[in-house]
Amino acid sequence: MAEYSLQEMMAITAARGVRNSDIILCGTGIATLAAIAAKKITAPQASIFFETGAVDVQFGQMPLSLADPRIMHGAIRLAGLAESFGIIQNRTTGRNILSILGAAQIDIFGNLNSTAIGEFRRPKVRFSGSGGGCDIGSLAGRFWIFMELGKRKFVEKVDYLTTPGFLDGPGAREKAGLPGGGPEKVITDKATFRFDAETRKMYLHSIYPGFTAGAVQEEIGFKIDLTRAVEEQAPTEHELDILRTQCDPDRMVLKS
Amino acid sequence: MQNAGKGMSLSEAVERYVHDGALISLGGFSATQCPMAAVHEIIRQRVRNLHVAACSNGQAVDELIGGGCVARVDIAYGGNGRFAPTCFRFRRSAENGEIAVEDYTNYQMTLRFMAGAMGVPFLPTYSSLGTDIVNKWGYSEEDRLHDPRLPSKKLVLMDNPFNRTERVDRLVLVPALQPDVTILHAQKADQSGNVQLLGLLFSDVEQAKASKEVIITCEQIVETDELRTNPDKNQILNFQVSAVVEEPWGAYPCALYGYYDYDPWFLREFYREAARDDSQWQDYLEKYVYGVRNRKEFLELIGADRLQNLRADEEVGYNPRLNRR
Repeated sequence: MAEYSLQEMMAITAARGVRNSDIILCGTGIATLAAIAAKKITAPQASIFFETGAVDVQFGQMPLSLADPRIMHGAIRLAGLAESFGIIQNRTTGRNILSILGAAQIDIFGNLNSTAIGEFRRPKVRFSGSGGGCDIGSLAGRFWIFMELGKRKFVEKVDYLTTPGFLDGPGAREKAGLPGGGPEKVITDKATFRFDAETRKMYLHSIYPGFTAGAVQEEIGFKIDLTRAVEEQAPTEHELDILRTQCDPDRMVLKS
Repeated sequence: MQNAGKGMSLSEAVERYVHDGALISLGGFSATQCPMAAVHEIIRQRVRNLHVAACSNGQAVDELIGGGCVARVDIAYGGNGRFAPTCFRFRRSAENGEIAVEDYTNYQMTLRFMAGAMGVPFLPTYSSLGTDIVNKWGYSEEDRLHDPRLPSKKLVLMDNPFNRTERVDRLVLVPALQPDVTILHAQKADQSGNVQLLGLLFSDVEQAKASKEVIITCEQIVETDELRTNPDKNQILNFQVSAVVEEPWGAYPCALYGYYDYDPWFLREFYREAARDDSQWQDYLEKYVYGVRNRKEFLELIGADRLQNLRADEEVGYNPRLNRR
């Protein structure tokens, strides 16, 4: 079996879930890496776009921010934020948007905090804030979350609800009036999670080779359904080769 | 008058248009197209109590906060991509209570500028329903009552008055922004203030159109006839602009599409080290901002070799040979 890092496992696990009909709304770092890998491995017809307004981006080199000039050259369109968030909010185009987000905290309903820990007016720790995260969580057809496991990250209640998951449970998104589809998957360094169609609660969906359900539960600050877990397939030689040589040859995201 | 020359020095433009307590907006996004020359000039002139509005402006807002110029920030994202998950001086000042932060989303900040640009008091969106963006306010209703310069509310929820279905159709109305002054860095402009922007526009155009005064810094001031050859690229018009300043490398250490790349060493190592520590930060300000009289002297400190290494390849708009590790 091929040797691989957990970061590579995360990127390839995400890439495998992308469909050709998806418009991938990209963040930077491992989200970009997963999007490029998806285009090269599973979904060559998918389009990659950035909230800053770059559409159908070609990747000569790995971008380091959502505004990196590297996403500009070769794109089919360069617009601005007004147009790109319009595409996400518009119900015809918005439903095909798949976005991959990160955050500092997540709760059992997939609500995300990327704003602050502690009292928000005088925070113990201040983070960047929503950026487009809340817009995407509110409006996009579906979104995934990339996070490392850990009790301080997977919490009972987020300190600040920046990006809406299923809010406080079944029917809550509809009641609030949110048009987007909500969270679909959480992809971590040891396992992936999905959300139950009835309860809207996160459950363990798959475990990476070498980890156990018990070990995963240990790193989560709330009780989670472990009964449905399957083993995730390790990356193949072919997938790893594409990831390393074609997606991030300069090792800007992959740790070498 | 509209076609009259508006060329002036940066120090003159800042002195004339950026006053203590002003509401200012800064163009650019994370480490691209930020008006850094202007930011340093504002710090050097020790302007105080600014209220800053921006979408996701990393480097410019962070240095302006670090320069002690800012009291309030309306912002969506105070980070700088892979260079700073959260901007350092922004974080420090928010945690110490030195600045008040009002959190909106990127779309909401864009809509606020757009409303200002359109001359209407608000615009609606479905974004943020059910979240703390709606529930938690950085400036309280009390603050807002006593300060006529703030909108009376952070935002308002409203049911769609045209709704004919049983379905919930609720919207978030975000208040218009009309900055006292917007500062942008552009590729080219003419003396009268017609501005050509290349590459991604972010919210620069909405920000400029919403504003009472606009300061444009640019790489090159060119003849109007040159701008007439590509009118579709002229995003901002002279009747919106108050001052035009030629400042080559005016976005450094940020990138400017078609002209130069960002400086990974400056952003990743040098700036991070300086901005993380209060006493090193003071040293940075002393040497690189207060210790120089203008942008030219700052660029001499950075060094011509370092700058030349960032020059963009003409075809791709950045430097593909740049060592970014």
